Amino acid sequence: MNKRINPDLSRRTVVFAGVSAAGGLAIGVPLTAEAAVAGFQKVSLADGQARAKEMTAWLVIDPDNTVTVRIPHQEMGQGTSTALAMLVAEELECDWADVRIEYASANRNLRDGGKLYGDMQTVGSQGVRSQVAIMQQAGASARERLRVAAAQQWKVDPAQCSIESGRCLERVANRSLTYGQLAPAAALIKLSAEPAPKAPDQYRFVGKWTPRLDTAPKLNGTAMFGIDAQVPGMVYAAVLSAPEFGAKLKSVDEAPIKGARGVLAVVKMDDAVAVVADRYWRAQSALDRLDIEWAPGPNATVDSAQLDKAYRDACDGPMVSAKNVGDAAGALAKPGAKLVEATYEVPYLAHAAMEPLNCTVQLSPDRVDVWVGTQSPMAVLGLAAKEAGVAPENVYVHNTFLGGGFGRKTMHDELVHAIACAKVVKKPVKVIWSREQDMRRDRYRPQAAVKFRAALGADNRPTAMETKAAVGSIFRSLGMDPVTGGVEPMAVEVLATHPYKIPNNSVGVMLKNAHVPVMFWRSVGASQNTFFLECFVDEMAHAAGQDPLAFRRALLDRPDYLGVLDVLADKGNWGQPMGPGQGRGISIVGTYGTVTGQVVEVTVGADGKVKVDRVVAVVDCYHAVNPNTIEQQIEGGIIYGLTAALYGEVTIKDGAPVQGNFNSYPLLRMSETPKIETYLNLSGGPKWGGIGEPSVAPTAPALCNAIFAATGKRVRKLPLKNVDLKTA
Amino acid sequence: MVVISVNGKRHELDIEPETPLLWVIRDELGMTGTKFGCGIAQCGACTVQVNGVAQRSCVTPVASVAGKEVTTIEGLSPDVSHPVQQAWLEIDVPQCGYCQSGQIMAAAAFLKTNPAPTDAEIDEGLTNLCRCGTYPRIRKAVHRAAALAAGKKV
Repeated sequence: MNKRINPDLSRRTVVFAGVSAAGGLAIGVPLTAEAAVAGFQKVSLADGQARAKEMTAWLVIDPDNTVTVRIPHQEMGQGTSTALAMLVAEELECDWADVRIEYASANRNLRDGGKLYGDMQTVGSQGVRSQVAIMQQAGASARERLRVAAAQQWKVDPAQCSIESGRCLERVANRSLTYGQLAPAAALIKLSAEPAPKAPDQYRFVGKWTPRLDTAPKLNGTAMFGIDAQVPGMVYAAVLSAPEFGAKLKSVDEAPIKGARGVLAVVKMDDAVAVVADRYWRAQSALDRLDIEWAPGPNATVDSAQLDKAYRDACDGPMVSAKNVGDAAGALAKPGAKLVEATYEVPYLAHAAMEPLNCTVQLSPDRVDVWVGTQSPMAVLGLAAKEAGVAPENVYVHNTFLGGGFGRKTMHDELVHAIACAKVVKKPVKVIWSREQDMRRDRYRPQAAVKFRAALGADNRPTAMETKAAVGSIFRSLGMDPVTGGVEPMAVEVLATHPYKIPNNSVGVMLKNAHVPVMFWRSVGASQNTFFLECFVDEMAHAAGQDPLAFRRALLDRPDYLGVLDVLADKGNWGQPMGPGQGRGISIVGTYGTVTGQVVEVTVGADGKVKVDRVVAVVDCYHAVNPNTIEQQIEGGIIYGLTAALYGEVTIKDGAPVQGNFNSYPLLRMSETPKIETYLNLSGGPKWGGIGEPSVAPTAPALCNAIFAATGKRVRKLPLKNVDLKTA
Repeated sequence: MVVISVNGKRHELDIEPETPLLWVIRDELGMTGTKFGCGIAQCGACTVQVNGVAQRSCVTPVASVAGKEVTTIEGLSPDVSHPVQQAWLEIDVPQCGYCQSGQIMAAAAFLKTNPAPTDAEIDEGLTNLCRCGTYPRIRKAVHRAAALAAGKKV
């Protein structure tokens, strides 16, 4: 059954655009700034937690009624911490104003065999999806134990005890006890059976626009990021890695910094040099003055033109089958078939989080402490243990807020540098990567090329589609998996998993890694593959002489996709006339358990300048915890996608990444940000969709399809800044 | 010796005069609300106010602010009561939050010279980068802050 969280169908589509902030804030949260800040001061970001008074590993209730929810995921802006706390509060029936959040301890998780909090990775838009059942159970279970504790104290049947906003009540004698009063007794109670969490139609709080718990400290400078760690006796290190991936350090002439103030050490590593000093600026400016010689590696002559050709050529080479429905090759070879062919390309992309990679380490004889903003505290434990030579259970990760992550902060190359420096100077060391180091030692979204061939039947529907993809393997690059079968899920996601009904459909892939490291990048394979597929679907529609939305609709039978298309047609003014130089493009994709469609409206000047006027996004993530943070993620994902489509490229010259800062790797600014409208079209059901990544993927294709509508020019290689769209 | 005033407090610093103000604020004075983003005045994460004017502290030599009043995010208000902070709280602007100190300091300075801006003026006047894409909410919050500030004057 297709359950809807809001049975009122007229309100099924949640409209964000135009909702005043004041209209959405009546949730019982202290909204004065003082109250919000005071409340947040209690949030602990430290590792290691007292267990005596906890209800469970996820939940602590203090005598003053403060409810602390331990979040097994990290907060990098995506709003997971507030959403998970909301899921607990819904079941616990506590006062939301009493709720605090803190990170769950990775060290404790490790000591528990990794079973307590799981992998603790903040990846794959999994925050809510992977934790919803656990958080609901933590809240519901605690509520029932508090009820039993009250009943025992009053010597009545638990059924006589009701719950109201953080208190247990007993009507007959008109008495009540707060959760804070009951918690010590409740913590000792074991239930004979676990309560079932609420059905979605019983939610009173989940699904409502709720202010984030982490906003106030981000307004007055008190929010602690990795770069803000302060450890007594700490010194600073700046690092420069070899320009070319694969080059090694040959020699360092330290004469230019002889006697430089504050400099403690020059640390020589295999492919990097660090300067350690009493202040960061002294370290960085001394590093800049060093005379460093690098020994070139085997890829010192590789450049982007060669890579572009290699990926394009690979599309015509051998492939490993990732999907084979019907007989695509046969259908394409049929005489009289109307063929559509195109090859698409994308470059490497940097993550470019606003907070460059950094971390602070303290090495002690029997333990290692690491202060870092990480998407994977368990990975930090393992890496720090290996580098420092201690047992992983003696590593303590003090996770902070992340100044953006986008996939990059699951691997901590900077931690290796920090430990190397700390070993030399025997003091706590904070390593900060310069922006150039961060961008040129990124692990990038893979460069890729895809070649499509399709045949249209007499009814102008596709009878066959053949997809050949050449792309770097992320698993191989990270050393996580050799991918012996030759098919990596990320490489073919969307390409092989789309729901279009095409009777003959083959997808082949050639995993092809250059020497440039590649990694997970917000929405991963979907980010480039949706561009490829949804532009090509547009090409097929135009070749068939059909409206792109109607063409897609005819190939789809999933109600969630069709529902999104319906709202998109309506809110996106699909089919309505536009002015000269203007165009409207559409795309739709299912990724991370969520269906997202977008319509982009664009104006292309005669000079070829692209102005993105409006983006309409319609999302079916089946259930919504916090529409506030969902709207943020959708808007932010679209802007992330626009940056990539318009500007994003890391090119390679002499084996080294060229772009190093925001002057050569520009990000979208406010002046270029279109009007964005977000609509939720929730179809309910057993699954909860992800939200951190899905909105990135459909933006580039909807934009390029809009440009085609405006100019008749088909963009097959990103970024757009390199594409000549002049019509005059 | 460089003498500077930050958030109304005088500091005598034994420091190289070319040191960027950003690193003086963060590492000498221990105030970490002002952030490092690019080091070349491209992103604005390091924005502070110097005599009330927004300035990118990563390229501001500390000696150049001697005798001037520097305001950082910590000094904007003692209690998050500045209209820009209030508006940011109401609209729930931040995502990761890393750039927001700079965004707030830039917006607060901008509103002093343009207390009732249009969208186009906001777009032109506020050029700080945000990788999370909070721009739509920043725009909304700047209007809200302008209204809050205007209301306070009445």
